[in-house]
Amino acid sequence: MLDSGEVSPGSPTSVTPEARAPRDLDAGYLPTSVVRRFVDLHLQEIVITVVALALILFFTVDSPYFFTSANAAALASFIAPIAFFALAEVPILILGEIDLSVGEVYVLSPFVVEYLNNHSVPLPLAIVMTLVICAGIGWFNGLLTVKVHIPSFITTLGTTFALEGIILISSNGAPANPVGSGNLVVWLGGGVWAEAYWMTAAVILLHFMLRRTSFGLHTVAVGGNSESARESGVKVDFIKIWCFVLCAFIGGLIGILDSYHIGSIDPDTPGLTFMFYGVAAAVIGGTALTGGRGTMIGASIGSIVLGILEDGFHVISVSSFAYDLILGIAILVAMILNVQIERATIRGAGHGSFARALSFVFGRRRKVAVRR
Amino acid sequence: MISDVETKARTDAEDVLRIEDISMSFGPVTALRSVDLHLRRGEVLGLVGDNGAGKSTLVKILTGFHKPDHGRIFIEGKEVRLRSVQDAREHGIETVFQDLALVDELSVYHNLFLNREHTAGGWFRFLKNKSMRAAARRYLDEIAVDVPSIDVPAAKLSGGQRQAIAVARATQQKNMKILLLDEPLAAMGAKETSLIIELIKNLCRQTDISVIVIDHNYTHLFEVCDRINVIQQGRVTIDKRLTEITMEELIELMVQSYRREIARSASGRVADVSIEADIEVGLATQTVQNEQ
Repeated sequence: MLDSGEVSPGSPTSVTPEARAPRDLDAGYLPTSVVRRFVDLHLQEIVITVVALALILFFTVDSPYFFTSANAAALASFIAPIAFFALAEVPILILGEIDLSVGEVYVLSPFVVEYLNNHSVPLPLAIVMTLVICAGIGWFNGLLTVKVHIPSFITTLGTTFALEGIILISSNGAPANPVGSGNLVVWLGGGVWAEAYWMTAAVILLHFMLRRTSFGLHTVAVGGNSESARESGVKVDFIKIWCFVLCAFIGGLIGILDSYHIGSIDPDTPGLTFMFYGVAAAVIGGTALTGGRGTMIGASIGSIVLGILEDGFHVISVSSFAYDLILGIAILVAMILNVQIERATIRGAGHGSFARALSFVFGRRRKVAVRR
Repeated sequence: MISDVETKARTDAEDVLRIEDISMSFGPVTALRSVDLHLRRGEVLGLVGDNGAGKSTLVKILTGFHKPDHGRIFIEGKEVRLRSVQDAREHGIETVFQDLALVDELSVYHNLFLNREHTAGGWFRFLKNKSMRAAARRYLDEIAVDVPSIDVPAAKLSGGQRQAIAVARATQQKNMKILLLDEPLAAMGAKETSLIIELIKNLCRQTDISVIVIDHNYTHLFEVCDRINVIQQGRVTIDKRLTEITMEELIELMVQSYRREIARSASGRVADVSIEADIEVGLATQTVQNEQ
């Protein structure tokens, strides 16, 4: 806290004369308070990072093959798609909406590239056009949700099935090979580490967008309280529509990358399941489905945890059936943690100290001051 | 008595805001019928009326949320059209909304600068958090509003602090000419109330901004206002300077209108008439009982 050294932490509401005196901006900024502030703000990310490290340790001890460079590449290809879906969903989830259709956009996009390329559109242009089309799908979702006031769950449920139908009709249900060859394909996911590079770039870019731009701030504001945001003059509809556009755009991008990574495109790919892995990663990483809370970093760490679990089970040759069980439990635990931390750090009375948050997490219930 | 509107707007150049013949209806419900209102520079105007009289509609028109069906708005003598909140702000109208318009998840300084962020990088609009934090700290110290830290989320503030932040957000604007306060003192303790009243008084003393206050509490209004307008059933029915009317007279006028209202609906629909708790409840209740 900025001035935790001066004001007694228990009574933030007290208006003492000395607290009113003008303060130097950086007064009380001791190293300890910087650490404390960081922990306060990023508790869930820290917890989930610890979980990720524990999992790495566990699998490393359990199998000599886990901590190898060969497995690292496999790990990256497990993590990248989940991470992209998580990154796509985070702004939408912060708004308190959901986009179910991004998984089907992912399945659709390589088919569109193939279709355009077969109709003599050069590959780079075909890819750009595909991404524009994908963004258009997001725009349609956003428009129906915002202007026609259909809940986004229903809007995107509709587009999910519509897109699935389009894919099956146009492909006749038959798998195909992604078009193109050479350096471009290597860069677009054909290379072993290509997806990981794209993912890293996307995490940095999107984190910056969410935390350091007006657009990101307005997204959190709309998700937190859309009425207040509207009264403050924030263009609520604009923000929502563009978040849907961004989501579908990322879905289209990862569809193209993954098609070159896998080397084939299958119309039966369960897009809906993939999308929910992304939502799961975001939730585990601290995104609240009720809106207003969520970070790109948290979502990425959430996807890393899921990726490690999936890969680790392969490496130690545990039945992958157990993966879904663990995933389910992880989501529930994460959600419980999420609610508890939110109470302690955001809504709770007094300073959101680490100790207080932990006391919540470990069940020592405190009475929470009711606002208003 | 009540029906005679006392002053027709004296159209002198000192009027910072003038509203002429504003009407507005929502479907079959008429919210405002030909409202005229004027606000002088540096004046504090109190707006009173029962729930549903049209006060909030008037505020929403002045903040650019609603477009009136009919009528004209002048700011400093020039006719303006207020299409959005942004429009209203550009014309120097700032509002403290009834629900305060704070976002719980955002820090105090982000709330203060919401939609008016300090940004760099042109189209990308990168946030200049350092500059916003410094400006927020400076301004809050200047107007003696105390918060635990400008970094805490707004959810952690007490009711009074939230109110103060909402007021501070409006008043920090340099080009502000008119401040609209929509029930700024609703649901506040005595301490917070006096803090806000002090804040309003200081503002008027130090600058030449004009204020419109909506409040149900006449004691507060008589403490800060220069002039009182009463809105009843979508019309401005009373326009008096504070020197021309006492609180007792105002209450009497309001209650008379209730009596008339009750007399009109003598067929047993008395219960529909809403009664303000803070204006001579006893008298009104008595009338209701008589009717029953």
